[in-house]
Amino acid sequence: MPKIKAQEQLPKERIHNFNEVSFGYTLEEGQKEAERCLQCKRAPCRQGCPVGIDIPAFIALIKETKFLEAAWKIKETNSLPAICGRVCPQEIQCEKFCTLRHKDEPVAIGRLERLVADLEIEKGFKIPEVRKKLKTPVAVVGSGPAGLTVAGDLARRGYPVVIFEALHQAGGVLVYGIPEFRLPKKIVQAEVSYLESLGVSIELNTVIGQTLSLDDLFKEGFKSIFLGLGAGAPVFMKIEGENLNGIYSANEFLTRVNLMRAYLFPEYDTPVKRGKRVAVIGGGNVALDAARTALRLGAEKVYLVYRRTEAEMPARQEEYEHAKEEGVEMLFLTLPVKFEGKDGWVEKMVCIKMELGEPDETGRRRPVPVPGSEFSLDVDQVIIAIGTRANPLLISRVPGLRLNERGYIKVNERGRTSKKGVFAGGDIVTGSATVISAMGMGKVAAQAIHDYLS
Amino acid sequence: MNPAKVLQKEEIAPGIFLMNLETPRVAAKAQAGQFFVLRVDDKGERIPLTIADFNRKEGQIVTVFQVVGRTTAKLADLKVGDELATLVGPLGKPTEISQFGFTVLIGGGVGVAALYPILREFKKAGNFTYTIQGARSKEFLIWEEKLLAYSDKLILTTDDGSKGRKGVVTDPLKEVLEKEKVDLVFAVGPSMMMKFVSEITREYGVKTVVSLNPIMVDATGMCGACRVEVGGKTYFGCVDGPDFDGHQVNWELLLARQRMYCDEEEIARKNNA
Ligand SMILES: Cc1cc2nc3c(=O)[nH]c(=O)nc-3n(C[C@H](O)[C@H](O)[C@H](O)COP(=O)(O)OP(=O)(O)OC[C@H]3O[C@@H](n4cnc5c(N)ncnc54)[C@H](O)[C@@H]3O)c2cc1C
Ligand SMILES: Cc1cc2nc3c(=O)[nH]c(=O)nc-3n(C[C@H](O)[C@H](O)[C@H](O)COP(=O)(O)OP(=O)(O)OC[C@H]3O[C@@H](n4cnc5c(N)ncnc54)[C@H](O)[C@@H]3O)c2cc1C
Ligand code: SF4
Ligand code: SF4
Ligand code: FES
Repeated sequence: MPKIKAQEQLPKERIHNFNEVSFGYTLEEGQKEAERCLQCKRAPCRQGCPVGIDIPAFIALIKETKFLEAAWKIKETNSLPAICGRVCPQEIQCEKFCTLRHKDEPVAIGRLERLVADLEIEKGFKIPEVRKKLKTPVAVVGSGPAGLTVAGDLARRGYPVVIFEALHQAGGVLVYGIPEFRLPKKIVQAEVSYLESLGVSIELNTVIGQTLSLDDLFKEGFKSIFLGLGAGAPVFMKIEGENLNGIYSANEFLTRVNLMRAYLFPEYDTPVKRGKRVAVIGGGNVALDAARTALRLGAEKVYLVYRRTEAEMPARQEEYEHAKEEGVEMLFLTLPVKFEGKDGWVEKMVCIKMELGEPDETGRRRPVPVPGSEFSLDVDQVIIAIGTRANPLLISRVPGLRLNERGYIKVNERGRTSKKGVFAGGDIVTGSATVISAMGMGKVAAQAIHDYLS
Repeated sequence: MNPAKVLQKEEIAPGIFLMNLETPRVAAKAQAGQFFVLRVDDKGERIPLTIADFNRKEGQIVTVFQVVGRTTAKLADLKVGDELATLVGPLGKPTEISQFGFTVLIGGGVGVAALYPILREFKKAGNFTYTIQGARSKEFLIWEEKLLAYSDKLILTTDDGSKGRKGVVTDPLKEVLEKEKVDLVFAVGPSMMMKFVSEITREYGVKTVVSLNPIMVDATGMCGACRVEVGGKTYFGCVDGPDFDGHQVNWELLLARQRMYCDEEEIARKNNA
């Protein structure tokens, strides 16, 4: 028996709105799906979950229609299940190891997680009793999934925790990057408010490195600091014409639309350009999110321009399928080489065709340009989603903080940096990765901070 | 928490407002040349404004802004006691201060307020400060007495000659470049003005620092909206600047990028009315 399908908005309807694409399971569908689980003794699925959810246990509770109990079970190790259930790349995490994958399809672990987490949000959170109140405050810099996880885990252990966030809303990429139609902002707000009810306090609009330094935080009495800064700086292609009007980084485009709600302009004040012929450069989740957002803003044609092939795309499987259904046109083995414009606005993108050559250091075959294969596309908007790097704003101002060759923070296996009392995790350590890997590192660091302070 | 309360508001020239804001953490760290970002309300845009003065002890900063569009209009409508939805700062790198020698400081329009703390630091660092202030006409000349307090010489220009010299800031600039050995020029104001200043000083080979004002969103280096080209390389105005070498700036690009949202700004203005 294959996975139970979840209902979705039809492609031709959903490209005209920002509502969530997938409706998720109903309770009946969820219970049916739960019945597929074999309750394997060794539970191989668990090794694929970086935050160690007891997967068979919560699925068994769903089977018995104990939906809220299932949510509480998950909450024992994961404070953000409604988010993870939606955005984890399950096909390379938990579901990759599910026994059933040999027979037909793995259990839809993510969808089940979402189902019960949403139900708990609807019914009201159960706030766990915090046994003891400790007197060693911890500061967390950055409110992305890494920072939120550290804060939640330490708060539950009784530590006073303050999160410092540069932006005016908590959530990191979850609020400024991932679009509403994949992860509704009210879900993120609900899970953040759950952390606040555990006693975590959040100071928005505070840029560590500008408003306060790390030394200021120690002086204010924090005994340990966690850096969950993300890999927030956009990378550009460094080709001719890249600063023409109409050319955005994915971060800017998505921040305007998501964090600033530019899709609701002029009800909201922040504008965004609505392109008619849009090219998005890149092949990951970020590129797909930008492409699908451009469609929803009214583009007639959206190209996804990727220098490798479908097989190498790092995006989440489900999103790639969704993007294809919605009509995003994929141009594989294609590399932009320059932009041409008129009166300061982009008009044309010149590309060259690629072919796959020898494997590179990542083991993927390296794309190489085919001489003489240049062609050009008429475009009025370009969104560059070829990756990010470490934002130097804070880390370049912390004497003694060691970085690796790529400019990310160097940590040991427990998240400890070279600076006493300072820990780090998430994208600022690994480079851009996933929500769940950032949370996994947050969990490890929270334990390490607890050991350091005890 | 970070309060951001309006303590004082005053229209100091037609359409130009001075605001005194309570924001202790920002005031504690503010330095000449830095700015902050604000959002008036929950539907508001994030816009940058320069920190024109600060009082660390009282936890206050001063900003002077011109009403040009929706956000600045909303800001001007706030009353004493109101809170801003967002105030974050200080942002950007402080202006480099040292003993340069003979310095010419140029402020145009509201840029004069941004110039003031820089002038003060230049003077304190032992420079000779030759200040040029320009405006459309007499009623738009702001903070004249404040500039006077730190200027070894202050020249006023107005487009219509209603006060000071008739003409633009580049006229007295040329004269002083002819007469004196100038070590450094610092200019802040409309991009066009900074461009012309830089073109003139280039002829004289005098180092010129300008404070750029590209469109910004987060102002923490995360989005690249603020990219400017300087010396053929792309920089992020918010974190690498706002100060850059005026002779190296690609002015055409800056001016074009500042016009990116003209159509939308027009819609917003109509929507406001
Ligand atoms: C568009 C997009 C789509 C994605 N889709 C998926 C997906 O479907 N599935 C998935 O698993 N992953 C996805 N990812 C990747 C995932 O979102 C990231 O790996 C994850 O968010 C990293 O978490 P983090 O906590 O390390 O940092 P971030 O989420 O980047 O959060 C860092 C936070 O720190 C704040 N900050 C930074 N510096 C400072 C400072 N000096 N002072 C104060 N605050 C600071 C930032 O403002 C930000 O809020 C996507 C990423 C993007 C951009
Ligand atoms: C570092 C910096 C310091 C500044 N300091 C001052 C100051 O001290 N006093 C002052 O009056 N103005 C200052 N400005 C300009 C000020 O930010 C704009 O006037 C303001 O954003 C206009 O917003 P609006 O909604 O009222 O007008 P709009 O109608 O939206 O825009 C009018 C003009 O402002 C510019 N602008 C619009 N949105 C932004 C944005 N998000 N970021 C930057 N520019 C934008 C546009 O180029 C446009 O031409 C500064 C700008 C920068 C970048
Ligand atoms: S948190 Fe992610 S990896 Fe873990 S069980 Fe849930 S969906 Fe799978
Ligand atoms: S591996 Fe699959 S079938 Fe087995 S317990 Fe985990 S989810 Fe159930
Ligand atoms: S304003 Fe976003 S990087 Fe400068």
